[in-house]
Amino acid sequence: MKFKTKYPGPWVDIDKTELLTSDVGDWRYRSPEVEKSKCSHCGQCYLYCPTGCIEDKGPYFEANLAFCKGCGICAKVCPIEAIKMTTGGK
Amino acid sequence: MGATAGGEIKVLSGNQAAAKAAVLCQPDVVAAYPITPQSEVVEELSKFYAEGALQAEFVEVEGEHSAMSVLIGASSSGGRTFSATSSHGLLSMFEAYFYASTLRLPIVMAHVCRELAAPNTVLCSQQDILTMRDAGWIQIHCASCQEILDSIIMGYRLAEDPDILLPVNICYDGHYLSHFSARVEVPDQTDVVTFLPEKDLRECRLDPDKPMMQAPYLGGKLFTEYRYKHCMAMQNALPEIDYIDGEFQKSFGRSYGGLIEEYRNEDAEIVLVALGSAASTAKAVIDLKRDEGVKVGLVRIRCFRPFPCDRLEKALRGVKAIGVIDRDVCFGWNMGIVFMELRSLLNRSQINLPMVNFIAGLSGADINIENIGRAINDIQQVSRGGSDREVTWLDLE
Repeated sequence: MKFKTKYPGPWVDIDKTELLTSDVGDWRYRSPEVEKSKCSHCGQCYLYCPTGCIEDKGPYFEANLAFCKGCGICAKVCPIEAIKMTTGGK
Repeated sequence: MGATAGGEIKVLSGNQAAAKAAVLCQPDVVAAYPITPQSEVVEELSKFYAEGALQAEFVEVEGEHSAMSVLIGASSSGGRTFSATSSHGLLSMFEAYFYASTLRLPIVMAHVCRELAAPNTVLCSQQDILTMRDAGWIQIHCASCQEILDSIIMGYRLAEDPDILLPVNICYDGHYLSHFSARVEVPDQTDVVTFLPEKDLRECRLDPDKPMMQAPYLGGKLFTEYRYKHCMAMQNALPEIDYIDGEFQKSFGRSYGGLIEEYRNEDAEIVLVALGSAASTAKAVIDLKRDEGVKVGLVRIRCFRPFPCDRLEKALRGVKAIGVIDRDVCFGWNMGIVFMELRSLLNRSQINLPMVNFIAGLSGADINIENIGRAINDIQQVSRGGSDREVTWLDLE
């Protein structure tokens, strides 16, 4: 019998970061693509993203694709249409 | 039996005995919601709290789901916790109830066995708690007020064992035991403290100085590992329950047989199996039948979860027939839950003997001397090959 943890119940050390989150990026069939030069850095996408995966990159915002499920809410709320949902990309 | 330690003799109902035991075990947090026939436990605990005898956080909750949720938080932080419930309260608690066991929290909860509606009823049966047989809790069934008090004390020692860490239900029949007053020896506080483990020995708990994550989202292999460990902890509890029973006898002079209690079973040709208060009545009937020359014995299952396979196998091997009294039904099998469990056991042990089941005592119908006598006659008949009826609904005869 091979065990991965020494603990009897479902408790996890916080440095075992692979257990803290599930990689859900592969659930996605379309991806948000930001036109970086167009982004006004207003932060609407950051506020509305239900998975909280939008990261502030300084002059623009961008989704962390490890966690983005491709729902498209960011593209919908972007007031200047700087985000497009694309398929076939990453 | 005879006491070794200097306890105080009192007349207590089953509910009062449960509340008194909880106070003696000095829990850090108590949360419970009143429900017939358990309400007296909450009343007594409130009284002890008001008098200062119960030095705990006593949380007034709006229902059983909250009661168990409060205990999950408190127990996760390393606290010793207590609750009590019954029937629909248990059902209302179910989501948190399953969480408590799979989080491996050593909560002790008194459970007063009551029938489940519909039709509406507040009377006794074991339908509620036996329905919970696969929820991962340890289940101990009592047959006297003294046993309720003693089993709660033993329950903390069992639950908090580092090789077990499981919640424990101390179960007793509603009304027959909850509202039945009897002589109860209440042990000294210092003796109980000595008997129980020191608090807060768990490595896994919520502690700001050593943060851990509790129950993260998991799939697949690691989840399976926790389930496997839970099953193994159940198995670890089997020898421990017998051991703790022996240790309790050394400290307090009382013993209940551990996993099962056998009565006049040494040379028995036929055996009656029962749980809870019906087993006490059965002893009187077995004495009467023995006087008539019938070689009948009793096996009372004290520990229903984990199921005491080895002890039962030893007790039942070699007899000619067994009968099982079920104060519950197993829907879909047209038999009782305990009977179904015993059939599985005998199959596992390759013991092939005639078995009969008696459904009795639903919704407070008395399991009395007459119908236990009737059951024993049936078992005798079956042992001679005289009947092929598997299940008898005693109250419909």
